Amino acid sequence: MLTTVLASLLAEIARRILRLVLLLAAVAVASFVLMVNSPVDPISVYVGADIAAIGPQQRALIAERWGFDDPPLERFGAWLGNLLQGDLGYSLTFNQPVGEVIAQRFLTSLALMAVAWLLSGVIGFGLGLLAGVHRGRTLDRVVTWWAYTLASAPTFWVGLLLLYVFSVWLGWTPLCCAVPVGVVADEVDLLDRIHHLLLPAVTLSIVGVAPVVLHTRQAVVEAMESDFVAFARAQGESTSGLVLHRVLRNAAAPALLLQFSSWGELFGGSVLAEQVFSYPGLGAATTQAALAQDVPLLLGIALFTTVFVFVGNQLGDLVHAWVDPRVRRPRLTAGRGVRARALAEEAA
Amino acid sequence: MTRLQIEDLTVSFVQYERGLRRRVVPGLAGMDLDVAPGEVVALVGASGAGKSLLAHAVLGLLPPNAVESGRVVVDGFEAAPADRRRFAGRDVVLLPQSVTYLDPVAPVGRQIRRAARLAGLADPAAAAASALHRRGLGAEVLGRYPHELSGGMARRVLVAMALLGRPRIIIADEPTPGLQQESAEAVLDELRARADDGCGVVLITHDLVAALPVSDRIVICEEGRTVDVAAPQDFTGDGERLRHPYTRALWRALPANGLRLPAVGEVA
Repeated sequence: MLTTVLASLLAEIARRILRLVLLLAAVAVASFVLMVNSPVDPISVYVGADIAAIGPQQRALIAERWGFDDPPLERFGAWLGNLLQGDLGYSLTFNQPVGEVIAQRFLTSLALMAVAWLLSGVIGFGLGLLAGVHRGRTLDRVVTWWAYTLASAPTFWVGLLLLYVFSVWLGWTPLCCAVPVGVVADEVDLLDRIHHLLLPAVTLSIVGVAPVVLHTRQAVVEAMESDFVAFARAQGESTSGLVLHRVLRNAAAPALLLQFSSWGELFGGSVLAEQVFSYPGLGAATTQAALAQDVPLLLGIALFTTVFVFVGNQLGDLVHAWVDPRVRRPRLTAGRGVRARALAEEAA
Repeated sequence: MTRLQIEDLTVSFVQYERGLRRRVVPGLAGMDLDVAPGEVVALVGASGAGKSLLAHAVLGLLPPNAVESGRVVVDGFEAAPADRRRFAGRDVVLLPQSVTYLDPVAPVGRQIRRAARLAGLADPAAAAASALHRRGLGAEVLGRYPHELSGGMARRVLVAMALLGRPRIIIADEPTPGLQQESAEAVLDELRARADDGCGVVLITHDLVAALPVSDRIVICEEGRTVDVAAPQDFTGDGERLRHPYTRALWRALPANGLRLPAVGEVA
């Protein structure tokens, strides 16, 4: 019994890892094709501002040295070989290996994204719950209207608006960056970091909140109209009791699934939010890499975000199964035994 | 004194089309029903005749846009909708019809214990276990989820949940369809036994034949109003002892009685 469970668990893990490998291969091929066909001239990027000073012979030498004239398939092979050895290349924009840039920048972004993600999840679920329970009433209308407004507001615009109100007008929050300007890194305390994190995180969460609100509201409305809520009410359950004992868990499953699968949008939003607030995270690095035509860094970020989004989706699956027993203990596989037993007991 | 007395109960729903035009949708158009202690009264009618709506009204479950008139009297006490909410779960209980009335993401045991607590029982855990045991279900069922129950087991769980306490009125909404003969009889026998203990039972069903042996009276409803009250023994032969043409048409339309459909105009 235990060994079969373990075996099926291992098989499932292997299947998911294989899926990730295939996904990464597809992303690597697609990114490489885009890169080869892009108008970016690697030599002028490499040489930089001195490009006017070098002649055709020097160009040819550089091209030969870097293998720019080799067939694309050969270049892809070389790149993939390096990749498999953990060498993502060198970023000229940051003058650092790509792996290091991503690691450092991601840690900075992580705080921002985690706070925004938690805020949007908690606020979105709470508001969706309120709206769904008070369906059709003023509160529901206000929340729904607000969610639709946010859903159609671009991140950078919301960011600029908040920046204007809270940093320029009220002066409560700093104008830029992750730490105070002109302060030695050792002297920056946690409070400073949180102070600088606040506005970008709120911006990022405001944009992510709308889908959570709307999906949660829908799930709550469905639960409130269900037969099992009618039966609970017939048992004398009050509205707050209904929400606590019946609606909460039913609405949590879809909300959690959505929240974990939104890591892609979260990263996309962080590109814009970090740009507006000059927050030195991975999102801002993506913009810089794109503007500076830093191809190795862009390729590295593409692969990294693939893994990031994939992990989010996998976690979403796990949490969803944990909350919803119909996923965790499906009738057709593990449940079949249970159901067969149920039928046998019935007959007996 | 009657356990439950319903007098000329009407329910309609106010709807707004495009936010402006007010539309009133009729639900119940005049229901009369009374159940004495020790009685099982079957409420029979086609689907859409308002049987379940009556159950919801008696339990105070109607949505806020419902408008109601008439009287609902519980044990001599005229109960406004707010009073009926107070009675629901303790004095007046609902026995629902299918597994969809169980919460799909909560274990069966937790749901029964919650029902026991709402019914005001002192020891919900013991009440849950013994309620299942009395219906031939073991303690392992407590840890299962509704989707892991067979249809018959789910129905027994519903019976266990509905009849935990000592209700004065039981409203059973289609408790038998889809059950095997044996299980259906067990449910009806239990309802009969509760009535014999002094409960008033309303048995909502469209299965006239199954209701006859356990019922004291049959109330026939059509399009939101009660049209006839008949004794079970009048449903015999060709239905010549049935006074109302609709009741007679219902009886004659049964497969065992020749599946005769009324001619146009005969019923109306």
